[in-house]
Formats: sequence, C-alpha cells, structure tokens
Amino acid sequence: MERVPVLKIGDILLVSIQIDMEDQVALQLQEDLADKIVSTGCHGVIIDISALDIVDSFVGRTLATIASVSKVLDADTVVVGMRPAVAITLVELGLSLPGIRTALNVELGMKLLAQERERYELDLEDEDEESAVPTP
Amino acid sequence: MALSSEQGNRFADLLKGHEDTVIASWTDEISRTVRGRLSRAELQRQTSELQKGFQTALSGGASDLNDDAAAELRAQLTELSNTRARQGFTANETAVSVFALKEAVFQVIKGGEDADTATLRDYIGFSAFVDRAALFTFDTYVRIREELIADQAEQLLELSTPVVKLWEGVVAVPLVGTLDSARAQVVMERLLQTLVDTGSPYAIIDITGVPAVDTQVAQHILKTVVAARLMGADCIISGIRPQIAQTIVALGIEFGDIATKASLADALRHVLRLTGTKRQER
Repeated sequence: MERVPVLKIGDILLVSIQIDMEDQVALQLQEDLADKIVSTGCHGVIIDISALDIVDSFVGRTLATIASVSKVLDADTVVVGMRPAVAITLVELGLSLPGIRTALNVELGMKLLAQERERYELDLEDEDEESAVPTP
Repeated sequence: MALSSEQGNRFADLLKGHEDTVIASWTDEISRTVRGRLSRAELQRQTSELQKGFQTALSGGASDLNDDAAAELRAQLTELSNTRARQGFTANETAVSVFALKEAVFQVIKGGEDADTATLRDYIGFSAFVDRAALFTFDTYVRIREELIADQAEQLLELSTPVVKLWEGVVAVPLVGTLDSARAQVVMERLLQTLVDTGSPYAIIDITGVPAVDTQVAQHILKTVVAARLMGADCIISGIRPQIAQTIVALGIEFGDIATKASLADALRHVLRLTGTKRQER
C-alpha cells in the first residue's frame, strides 16, 4: 500500500499528499502522523492538498480527526493549498470542514503556525507574570 | 406546389428577359418599406444580385430551396439577413425584401399577352418558391439576432466580474448588477482562482452595485465566503446600503461571523488593521 511521507522541517511536520487519498491511505497517515508528532516533539503540522482533485466526506473527516489528535499532542494543524474546484464542491455538498484551519499555500501556513506559537508563548508569559504577582 | 424544372426554366428566362423591369419594380417595392434608410443605389445593387441568384437557382433546376442548385441563393439570402439584422431592420422589413419579388414578377406577367391558366399554375409554383426563400431569410434573421444577444450576454458576464488587487495580500470584487446563479458561479470561480494565483489571504466582496439582495443572492455570497475560508482566505462584505441592510434583517439572513462593512474604505481599513497587528506581533 502507498504511504504519504511525513517530513520534519524545524518545528513543523510537512505532509504533502501527492497520491489519490483512499480510505486506507488516510487512516495510515493519521497513525503515522500521531507517531511522528510524539517522536519528534514538533508543534505544527502542515498538510498540503494542492495535488488533490477530490476531497470526499471521509477524507474531510479524517483531516478533522488528524487536527483533533494533533491538538491533543500539542501541535497545531493547517491544511493548505485546497483547489478552488475542491472548495466549491465541498460547499455545494454542505461540508464546511469545521475544526480545520486552512491557508492558501505552505508559506502562509507556516506563517500562521508561527503566529499561533508566538501567541501561545505570550499567553504563557502573561500567566507567569500574573501568578508571580500575588506571591510575596 | 413544388416547382418543376421546366417551370423553373421558364421563370429563369422570364427573369432574364425582363431583367431591368423586374429589378426596377422590385427596388421600388423595397424602398417603400425601408423608407430612405438605405440608398436606392444600394438597394438596386442588392436586388440585381438577388435577381441573378434566383435566376441561377431556377435555371439550375432547383424545385426547392434546399436543393444543391439553390446553394448560392441561400448564401445570398443569409448575407442579406445578416446585414439587415446588424443594421437594425425588423424581421418584417427583411422578409418583405424577398416577398416583393412576387409582386414585381406579377407585374411582368400581367403586362404579357399569354396570361392563361398554365401561366397561373407556373406563377403559383414560383410564388411558393419565393415564400420559402422569404421564410428562410426570416429564420436566418432570427438566428443572427439570437447570436448577437448571446454574444452580448457573454461580453457582459466578462465585463461585470473583475477581481482587482487593492493592496498587498488584499483583493476586491466589486459586484455590479443582478447576481443570478450563473454569474455567482463565475464570480466565485474567478475570485477563488485569483486567491490562489496571488496568494492573497484577504478578499473584499463589494456589493454597492447590486440593486437588490434576496435570500438567493445572500446564499450565493455566503457560499463564496465559505469556499474562500476552506481555502484559507478571509472574506469581508462591504458596500451594504441602508435599504439593503434593512432587507437583510427583514429576511432574517444571518451572516454569522463574517465581517460586514458599510463602505469599501472601511473594509480596507479593517483588513489593514488585521495585517498590521500581525506585523506588530512579529
């Protein structure tokens, strides 16, 4: 069975799907990605679907599951490069893929993840300061 | 009653023999209907060409307009309908240009001595042939007008859906005119494609030029916004006139968490603020 490669770039895991997304491939990717997040300790996942002509409801749901699983493992997920035709079809089918963050291309996706991480760290600092104040 | 080849030949001879008389009275007939919108010289040129066309077709043994012998005549009639349709003449005026030949030929026959039953039978056959020719011009005229309208509709669609780049990373679609399903589809496809091509994460849909917003139009706009979001771009709706805002509320249309602004300037300021805060954070 074909597998989708997962590449580590800095603090981000990049998944570029270049093959037809069959159900088995999607499930395998979900497992591989969870393993990889734990073993590398990355905090961001970018899934590039610019080569996909067809995104059906199962693939859409798997993407949402991947996003949820990654979140539990403290990694943000961004789906990038959805084709206009795919987006129109999903809207016509009434699937709006709730819970999935999207960006136009890999570059904007990396920017989005960097912002998320920064905001998260700022929040942590704020919390540190707040908890530091009451202690004498 | 179809025209036999001998009858056809007889009429071809008649047209040839009385060429000048037929052309003159035919031109008179037409110039009465077109009332000075075409010069007499122009009409005379057209009728003499058509007269030759009829003559060739009839002497070639054409009993019906669809015969091979009448191919040239058909081409001439198409050309006539084409020019008349584009010059703005009515279908009636175009068809009369051909019908007038009957009157002109009748004048010639009436003047002759041999006006007997046989001639009458010939004339009826010839008349049927001319009727077919006139109906053919009528059909062609309608077809050409329909082509014109289709062309114009297509051009209008092209013209009315531009996607413009407002700022680095911001594109705008100024919608003008009624938004039906076909146009909404074109707008959606073009906007999404532009987002991909330019890599702009923000799009402003300006509906200042949309005369009325009903549930269907709102549905189209919402679909576009959701599709853009799926691709990772954010849409802002701007140019909502007071009247439209009231209609939207009255119809109970929910725009949810989609940003709506009164003017394009407000929308641009909103987007710049969003991108600006990001820059400060970095």
